[in-house]
Amino acid sequence: MSERDRPWVFRTYSGHTSARASNALYRKNLAQGQTGLSVAFDLPTQTGVDSDHPLARGEVGKVGVPVGHIEDMELLFEQLPLDRMNTSMTINATAAWLLALYIATAERQDVDPHNLQGTTQNDIIKEYLSRGTYVFPPQPSMLLTGDMVAYTVEHVPKWNPINVCSYHLQEAGATPVQEIAYAMATAIAVLDGARTREDLPADALPRVVGRISFFLNSGIRFVEELCKGRAMAELWDEITRERYGVQDEKLRRFRYGVQVNSLGLTEAQPENNVIRIALEALGVTFSKKARCRALQLPAWNEALGLPRPWDQQWSLRIQQILAYETDLLEHEDLFDGSHVVEARTRELVDEARAELDEVLAQGGAVAAVENAYMKRRLVESQTARARAIEEGEHVVVGVNRFTEGEPSPLLEGARSVLRVDESAEREQIERLEAFRGRRNDADVTAALQGLKDALANGNNVMPPSIRAAHVGVTTGEWADALRALFGEYRAPTGVVAHAASGAGERTLALRERVHALTGRLGRPLKLLVGKPGLDGHSNGAEQIAVKARDAGMEVVYEGIRLTPQEIVQSARDEGVHVIGLSILSGSHGVLVVDVLEGLRQAGLAELPVVVGGIIPEEDADTLRAAGVRRVYTPKDFDLTHIVGEIVDVVAESAAVH
Amino acid sequence: MPEALNLADDRRPEQRRAALALLEILERETPFPGAPRVGLTGAPGAGKSTLLDALVRTLRPRGETLAIVAVDPSSQRSGGALLGDRARVRSGADDEGVFLRSMAARDQLGGLAEATRAGVAILAAAFDRVFVETVGVGQSEVEVASLVDTLVYVASPGAGDLLQFMKAGVLEVPDLFAVNKADLGPAAERTAGELAGGLGLGERSDAGWTPPVLLVSARDGVGIEPVAKALGDHFQHLSAGGGLAARRRRGVETWLLRALETRYGSYGIEQLGGETAVRARLDEDGSAFAALARLADEIEETLGKPR
Repeated sequence: MSERDRPWVFRTYSGHTSARASNALYRKNLAQGQTGLSVAFDLPTQTGVDSDHPLARGEVGKVGVPVGHIEDMELLFEQLPLDRMNTSMTINATAAWLLALYIATAERQDVDPHNLQGTTQNDIIKEYLSRGTYVFPPQPSMLLTGDMVAYTVEHVPKWNPINVCSYHLQEAGATPVQEIAYAMATAIAVLDGARTREDLPADALPRVVGRISFFLNSGIRFVEELCKGRAMAELWDEITRERYGVQDEKLRRFRYGVQVNSLGLTEAQPENNVIRIALEALGVTFSKKARCRALQLPAWNEALGLPRPWDQQWSLRIQQILAYETDLLEHEDLFDGSHVVEARTRELVDEARAELDEVLAQGGAVAAVENAYMKRRLVESQTARARAIEEGEHVVVGVNRFTEGEPSPLLEGARSVLRVDESAEREQIERLEAFRGRRNDADVTAALQGLKDALANGNNVMPPSIRAAHVGVTTGEWADALRALFGEYRAPTGVVAHAASGAGERTLALRERVHALTGRLGRPLKLLVGKPGLDGHSNGAEQIAVKARDAGMEVVYEGIRLTPQEIVQSARDEGVHVIGLSILSGSHGVLVVDVLEGLRQAGLAELPVVVGGIIPEEDADTLRAAGVRRVYTPKDFDLTHIVGEIVDVVAESAAVH
Repeated sequence: MPEALNLADDRRPEQRRAALALLEILERETPFPGAPRVGLTGAPGAGKSTLLDALVRTLRPRGETLAIVAVDPSSQRSGGALLGDRARVRSGADDEGVFLRSMAARDQLGGLAEATRAGVAILAAAFDRVFVETVGVGQSEVEVASLVDTLVYVASPGAGDLLQFMKAGVLEVPDLFAVNKADLGPAAERTAGELAGGLGLGERSDAGWTPPVLLVSARDGVGIEPVAKALGDHFQHLSAGGGLAARRRRGVETWLLRALETRYGSYGIEQLGGETAVRARLDEDGSAFAALARLADEIEETLGKPR
């Protein structure tokens, strides 16, 4: 028995409402025994819009902390000396900006950036594939990523400039093979780009490779997940050695952080999620050879809404018990020599290598984003998974089996989720306006011009961004400067090209109903599916669109990041019979009402609207009272049933007229 | 406007009568030549939507109102369709000068729905220019050609050599070729060269017009101006030389024959006396849509007669 290993870093993904509120939360969590920070930013910050921008409406402070400028960043880390923190920032399109703010804050704290430890997620490829908070097109985005890699390797050497993510791919339905292959393809895209940079000398490449870290998912099939981790370590060793010629073994190590699977956390019998989370934590800690460096556990009530501090604490305790009470860290790897594990690992390596080669043959990760190949494969996997759950092949306890039981005492009584105060948005906007009033406008203008000039000349984005941070440039202003140069991007949804999946009995019956209704209506049933606001999690919307198409409807799938006005105009011009809105960011209270109001003003008050998303029951009641015909949340997994109800809703409306 | 399109799509008897009446009036009252109708076709992924988006952003500031009909295929099995998912034409939701309507092709053979022609007629009466964007599979190239005044073919570099284009029969029909992704440099130039060369080989029905082959980068907004100019030039050419009326007439004839054939097969055409006879029926009073309704009724009657 060897000496006890040090445990991984315990993080909890958090942030909400305001910098001050989040700062208090971070200090509390650190006092509870958390050993690293993991910052969640709100959607406006992630997509480079200021809190008072029209698209920010309803989104400020909801899914994370709003950071609009240097003062917000300083407030976020008040009493948290940055040379003693290990901070992971989940930020992608605007990663360079947030890192610039972090460095500027360190400088104001008199901390040398060389001592800063942490990570910026900065993986734009997965944004195009699943998370949806991209801003610029793929090529300039990869350039920004490269800038951060080149800058940090010299000036912030302990920083991980990128976390190549497979986490989100699993959340979007990826199989283990796809997770491995597409993550590796992304890492290769970053390193191939770094290799060609003029500001990176050839001898720096091994160090750059050594600073590439990953962010994985850990699903409920924990044995396979364990093998997946080992497979990725093997494949990474091969790639770093053969493709990039890295000799030093330490620099070829597969380093990764994990958040365990959240897609599989259920709204029904949510107490079961604690067990799921604990088992998934095992998948990435059990094998020493493939043990995560940092672990984030979601809370048991993620499918219901934002976790409260107690919920986050409960998940933290899981990590602490695993690390400190068990003997897990006292042993060498438990699975070396296991023919079962080694065989499955081998399979995964081989299949993943083949899929990786397929992506590389198409020109690499960027090409496979632009031609929608990877997105299509993910939509396929997700559709297969949804169907398997619907048909009961894939068991989800409490959802499609063992659904009867005692009601959960955890859900009784007072609110079981955190509510972001609606006034937070207004306060943030007021603080932003006051901040703008205090700055030196001449300095701001000069800094923005300097930023644009630097980029136009092909210089690194970091130094001018840090300067801009110091003089008080805002998040929206920084992003707009880049938008002017790079343009704004709309990623393919991967849905249009998808072939109709085989239809089961229920779908065929549904088709009959749709065709009959078409006869009564005079023309085919037309459905508009869209996502208002900044939430980019499009899986649900995509699955509904595909199902509705399979049922015989004409579906106008509008995609993400729409304003309520755009939705109303589309609904009117397209002559749809029903609108389906999808919102997972908590901004439904504001945005759905805006859509309903817009419809009224356009003379379309009779047009039925259904809503899907993360919506607590009280909010669902409010929406229904406002005129929404149906509300769907994660517990509604039966897509055929949902689409059937959409048909009902249209039939009801038709009967009235 | 949307209500008119909804009506034109409605197959119930009362609504069909109202739609025909509307189309009648439009055909009578719409001045000639009226709004140019421009079709965009090309393989999936060539960048049609992106090019269209760029064209809209170029034309809108000049004060032109624009309507876009975006056609996507219907599922053979379910009859449903996935529409939308396009580079959303970004002039803002407040801009009433841009109208976008997604339509399902609905046709088994990859052609266009009957409702598409009615839709274009309605939109042409209300907007300065109408674009029709199709997917470029099946019959839609030829179909779209019969619906529009100018057909633009959007090609992707490296999507095949000249032989592939010739095999696909792509060269004879379009009036303008846009080779997209010019940012790829040599590959794009090669494709443009091959197309230009191939066009020199064949005979075209309109001897007075040589289709330009233009290099564009829709994504980067490069080369859009020349495309807009070429559209204007072609419409000028058709209006001035008198070819426009004939072309539109031929398009209507093709549409009428195809619509009858789809519904009743060649048997139906024979019952009416053959293709030439059908074509001549368009000279009777009323709109082309009325002609279709009348001829369909006639065929139905002969089908109902005891033998």
